[in-house]
Amino acid sequence: MKYIIHIIIFALIPVCLSAQQVPAEPQSEPILILNGTAHLGDGSKLENAAIAFENGKISLVGDVGTIRVDQSKYKVVDATGKHIYPGFIAMNSQIGLKEIDAVRATRDNREVGSFNPSIRSLIAFNTDSRVTPTIRSNGVLMAQIVPEGGRMPGQSSVMKLDGWNWEDAQYKADQGIHLRWPVPFRRMGWWAAPGPIKKNDKYDEEVREIKQFFKEAKAYGESSNPEITNMKFEAMKGLYGGSKKLYIHTNFAKPIMEAVLFAKENGMEPVIVGGKDSWQITDFLKEQDVMIILKKTQDLPVREYDDIDQPFKTPKMLSDAGVIYAFSLDGAWEQRNLVFQAGQAVSYGLDYEKAIEGLTLSPAKILGIDDKTGSLKNGKDATLLIVKGDVLDMRTCVIEKAFIEGREIDLDNKQKALSRKFTKKYGIDIDND
Amino acid sequence: MVFPDFQQLSFYSIIHRMKRSIHILLFPLLFIFTDSYAQKTFPQNGVFDHREGIYAFVNATIQVTPERSITNSTLVIKDGKILNVGSGVPVPGNAVIYDMNGRFIYPSFIDIYSDYGMPGPASVGTAPSQRPQMLSNKKGAYMWNEALKPEFKAHEAFKSNNEMAKGWRKIGFGAVSSHLKDGISRGTSVLVNLGSGKEHEQILKEQTAHHMAFSKGKSTQNYPSSLMGAIALIRQTYYDAQWYSQNGKKEEMNISLDAWNSLKGLPHVFDVRDRLEILRANKIGKEFGIRYIFKGNGDEYMRLDEIKKSGSAIILPLKFPAAYDVSDAFDAMQVSLSDMKHWELAPTNPGRLAQAGIPLAFTLHGLKNKGDFIDNIRKAIENGLSEKDALAALTTVPARLINAENIIGTLEKGKEANFIITDKPVFEKGAKIHQNWIGGEGFILQGFGEEAPLDEGIYDLKINRKRYVLHIDEKDDKLSFLIKENDTTDIKVQHSFKDKILSLSFKEEDKLIRLTGTASDKNTIKGKGYDAEGNWAGWSIRPTGKTLIPEEEKKKEEEKKKTEVQLGDVVYPFLPYGWKEKPEAETVLIKNATIWTNEADGILENADILLSNGKISQIGKELNVRADKVIDGEGKHVTCGIIDEHSHIAISRGVNEGTQYSSAEVSIADVVNSEDVNIYRNLSGGVTTAQLLHGSANPIGGQSGIVKFRWGFTPEEMKVKGAAPFIKFALGENVKQSNWGDNYSIRFPQSRMGVEAVYDDHFIRAKEYGKLKRSGKPFRKDLEMETLLEIIESKRFVTCHSYVQSEINMLMKVAERHGFTLNTFTHILEGYKIADKMQKHGAGGSTFSDWWAYKYEVIDAIPYNAAILDKMKVITALNSDDAEMSRRLNQEAAKGVMYGGMTEEEAWKLVTLNPAKLLHLDDMMGSLKPGKDADVVVWSENPLSIYAHVEMTFVDGIRFFDKERDLEMRDEIRKERNRLIQKMIGEKSKGGKTQAPSMKYQQHYHCDHIDDEMGEQQEGHQHEDHHDH
Repeated sequence: MKYIIHIIIFALIPVCLSAQQVPAEPQSEPILILNGTAHLGDGSKLENAAIAFENGKISLVGDVGTIRVDQSKYKVVDATGKHIYPGFIAMNSQIGLKEIDAVRATRDNREVGSFNPSIRSLIAFNTDSRVTPTIRSNGVLMAQIVPEGGRMPGQSSVMKLDGWNWEDAQYKADQGIHLRWPVPFRRMGWWAAPGPIKKNDKYDEEVREIKQFFKEAKAYGESSNPEITNMKFEAMKGLYGGSKKLYIHTNFAKPIMEAVLFAKENGMEPVIVGGKDSWQITDFLKEQDVMIILKKTQDLPVREYDDIDQPFKTPKMLSDAGVIYAFSLDGAWEQRNLVFQAGQAVSYGLDYEKAIEGLTLSPAKILGIDDKTGSLKNGKDATLLIVKGDVLDMRTCVIEKAFIEGREIDLDNKQKALSRKFTKKYGIDIDND
Repeated sequence: MVFPDFQQLSFYSIIHRMKRSIHILLFPLLFIFTDSYAQKTFPQNGVFDHREGIYAFVNATIQVTPERSITNSTLVIKDGKILNVGSGVPVPGNAVIYDMNGRFIYPSFIDIYSDYGMPGPASVGTAPSQRPQMLSNKKGAYMWNEALKPEFKAHEAFKSNNEMAKGWRKIGFGAVSSHLKDGISRGTSVLVNLGSGKEHEQILKEQTAHHMAFSKGKSTQNYPSSLMGAIALIRQTYYDAQWYSQNGKKEEMNISLDAWNSLKGLPHVFDVRDRLEILRANKIGKEFGIRYIFKGNGDEYMRLDEIKKSGSAIILPLKFPAAYDVSDAFDAMQVSLSDMKHWELAPTNPGRLAQAGIPLAFTLHGLKNKGDFIDNIRKAIENGLSEKDALAALTTVPARLINAENIIGTLEKGKEANFIITDKPVFEKGAKIHQNWIGGEGFILQGFGEEAPLDEGIYDLKINRKRYVLHIDEKDDKLSFLIKENDTTDIKVQHSFKDKILSLSFKEEDKLIRLTGTASDKNTIKGKGYDAEGNWAGWSIRPTGKTLIPEEEKKKEEEKKKTEVQLGDVVYPFLPYGWKEKPEAETVLIKNATIWTNEADGILENADILLSNGKISQIGKELNVRADKVIDGEGKHVTCGIIDEHSHIAISRGVNEGTQYSSAEVSIADVVNSEDVNIYRNLSGGVTTAQLLHGSANPIGGQSGIVKFRWGFTPEEMKVKGAAPFIKFALGENVKQSNWGDNYSIRFPQSRMGVEAVYDDHFIRAKEYGKLKRSGKPFRKDLEMETLLEIIESKRFVTCHSYVQSEINMLMKVAERHGFTLNTFTHILEGYKIADKMQKHGAGGSTFSDWWAYKYEVIDAIPYNAAILDKMKVITALNSDDAEMSRRLNQEAAKGVMYGGMTEEEAWKLVTLNPAKLLHLDDMMGSLKPGKDADVVVWSENPLSIYAHVEMTFVDGIRFFDKERDLEMRDEIRKERNRLIQKMIGEKSKGGKTQAPSMKYQQHYHCDHIDDEMGEQQEGHQHEDHHDH
């Protein structure tokens, strides 16, 4: 089967080894996936599933044994022994903003200055990135694109990882403003002579500066007709009305609490990004109903004496406490390993379906797009994957098909093409998929 | 010095500052001085005033040496020297006699790690702004490296400074050995008295020791930027000095090498930053037949046995960390367990060292407040240091270490008249140093207090006919007077006692009562004064015979002692999850497991494996043997340990010596850090062996350290014995400094073209060096060339950081030209483009599974690389280069299945057998085969699965990781932290000093890490992490 796909791809684009993947056409015919195990994304699964979608929307989710459906109306995909997942959503990523980390000309991820709420990642999103297809072929179909640097790096947008241009690829524009909370501990010394990590004695001052900025932004927003337009404060308006979320990047427990209380007091809806130590304050997070974009699971513990597997089991601790969180990892190309952040958590006790939820419905909730996507549910976008094996385990994972809004996505990428080029040269056969 | 300065005269001001009011002056003389040592060569201005300077101190308890104390004895000094000491020694007729009334005389203290009178360290010139400085800024026929200044002579730079000396004298010091605390070789120190006079008379010995350190100090030159670079530089300098004395002087004049050779006979004092650096410097010392004296750091107890074995003496700063302020639970959480434990155990360090028989001297170095010094000695004594050892560490030992025992250190005939006079045994709480005599010059620090006329107790105070109950309490040498009205009300009584007159005043119902009187008998006072109504009244104090019974306090005191006795364990390494006892190999039988042999047998189901004597002993079905430990392997998988071909964990102070394009002389093996918690974390991921590699900042990097993760063992014990030597090379962007910013455009090479030239040039030079060496002619031993020669002679193998095909191809051609095989290309992300050429050349590849896009040269990296290389019969490994990823290399191996469809068995070899082959260690490890090392991992399931957990990791049959034990240790860590936090809170509530919580910085190196780690230690600047992948 896979071999046949290869031949087809070769037939279509025989010469372009590093050719870009062509954005998929809109769904042209209804598709029915039968007999697979559907991981719905809402924490449940359905064996022997029948999943149908047309015009980009899911039209049927049911049990093959109980649902009656006229197969002749569909293009039928047999998924016996296979798994169906909603497309995964990469959170807090720089996909399309950074092509080659070390090459300045290819970086569009940060701006000069500290408070930049009006800066938008949306328009810098490069739909022609060669990195994106390597992420997509590992199941990531949508992403939150987040600018970096400074106290307030700017606004994030949700993008589909397939499109002709950024307008085409956008799923939800300017959906949140990012705030990097001051760090309570800083390394002393300078680069030539690193010292110990000590309390940041400017912490209070830095927090005051934030509070002042937000106060002024609020006052600006409340005045009906400001004399002089302030772009920064204009951008902040949505925060107080609830149309934009406030993503607060912070990792230690105390700043998390401080930041959450600050946001709530000012009528904003906070999301914590990072939250390495969130496991210490799960009660607080649950009580405050705060959601978290969790720093990568496959990480080292913060402190020397921490349990050696602390980052591995943090998702389970949050899950047990009922805190909603999404898996994430920093960067652009790194997003190819997003699924394994969830796999690692399953390995350390997290329920499998809940792990899938942390890659699908929970991120959708955090982004405020769960009404349209994030789970396999009637009426939602047909953004989904068909996988041979367990998508969370590199030992068995093979992603066979991917659909974004019903459009079947090209899972080829530059790396596969290079592999084909040289295996052909050597006359050897390896599995390039 | 002709007239005493006012400060010394000013007894009254001293007394005023003192809380205790009961003082009289015993000495009619306020200041004792003599000008008999005035510089003979100086012209006299005024009337000549020569004095004999003969003084006799009679009736004293004299501590002649730390071992020998004599009572009722006499000390006679003359002309600044001790004339005589003993009981009943004759007192010359012209001596000034002082009656000591049983007071105590000790030799003045000595600090041999001081910078008293030295100029402040300063850079020679300025470094080029933001750009590298390749050579020394120092003009003249000196060494090429600015951090080496053996030619510096402290006695030439010494300027006495009475103001500074005062601070030392006050706490009992009489002489110090001073040096300039700057650089790797710091030249010589000078022994001086802390008197007030001119340099000419204060210098006792002009060259006492040669001082060295692992710190560049104020040198602005880039080399060395790492600890291993400093080690190489020191070693090379020893060799250069040998060459210079034999033959080199004919070739060049070098003031520094001349000086270096002239210092040979002196003691060598080495400043280190931690316990492991003692072991490292000691290794250098062994190579060149030198036993260093170490300026330690207070953490020696953490590796006591090894330090004892070094046979070195330690100069110990008497500095103990303050308790952390742990009152905020979240902040407290950031304090590392080792820092907390060290707070508790640091005061036991001097005692532990002394008991181990390590010669010990104390220094004030590093102590912010000199006044804490004596308190810290007392603390050390409370924590196991004997008073004798304490005194020796301040007198005889430092004197002996700098070969000055015939001048100072004891109160024996003929020695410097350097001594202190105390009211009590000097280490007893509350003891005061009243006088400090230095070279016969007497400094009165404080007057002798008068014996209080009233002891602690309950007295009857009578004023006219009114009677009061008066409590007199003594605490810390201070008396407090309280009138007890009833159980709840006390009236504080102000008192002063001077010239045998006691004055009291207190308020009764807001009216002041004032009384003055004199002692008629001990504990009885009579006098006159005004009562509350202003009437002139007679009054008296008489003992009631009742005593204050501070039962509660006594109990508290006892309890306090009890809790202090309860100390945490010293664990190895001194980190969380450290061992209390050194673990040993067991005989282990694992039964009914799935065994991945990596041999022809493949994967065996339901098989048994026996480990004994640190080796794999048998593998088979239903082994019928006895074992210490039998493990039910049902459902479990057993593999050999994972081998990480490319790791940067467990390295101290710098992974790159990238300041020159070749640093073949440096070695990571010199800086293996056994005290890195990532060793334990790696074991928990089944990693048992790693090549610790130099970074990739230069084409010819440094030598590797190949270690097994023997957690808790010393760096030397971690090294794999008999491992083939390796060196790191590097190509591409890092070595041409592409991503270091525009300032880095000076160092050769700046292009891939230049990289080839570096190699060719070096190998040609190495060959010529080899020819010269074999010729029998004199030659300068060059550590860099020695290493390169080993490569050409195929005695040392190369692991080369590489990315793009052109450079990989180039280096293979270079190797072929010079007659050797390039052993391993590491990273090798474009290896798949020239796999055929690599195979033909015989090079292996150690790559990443799926990294790419982090720099331009990895733009064509593909995750199928490993599978293609493997298929092309190139020995292929997957490595980490990352402290986090290294503990899940099993998952990286699985990516060989995911990308490229390798079989599970072959994929598993990517992290085991193949790296073993690349490291030439496959005869010892890399598969499960009888006779190989028992480096074995028990997995909960198929090790390639993300769901697999390591249950046990054995190295040489020793169970270094065990999941069950790990859980127990977590519990112990929690308990230990809680105990220490409670103790610290207790310390705070007692009013002890505390410090704000700080986190321990955990350095995680990657190969591009180029920070300079050899600068001075400093604090104060805030730091943003500067680090790229």
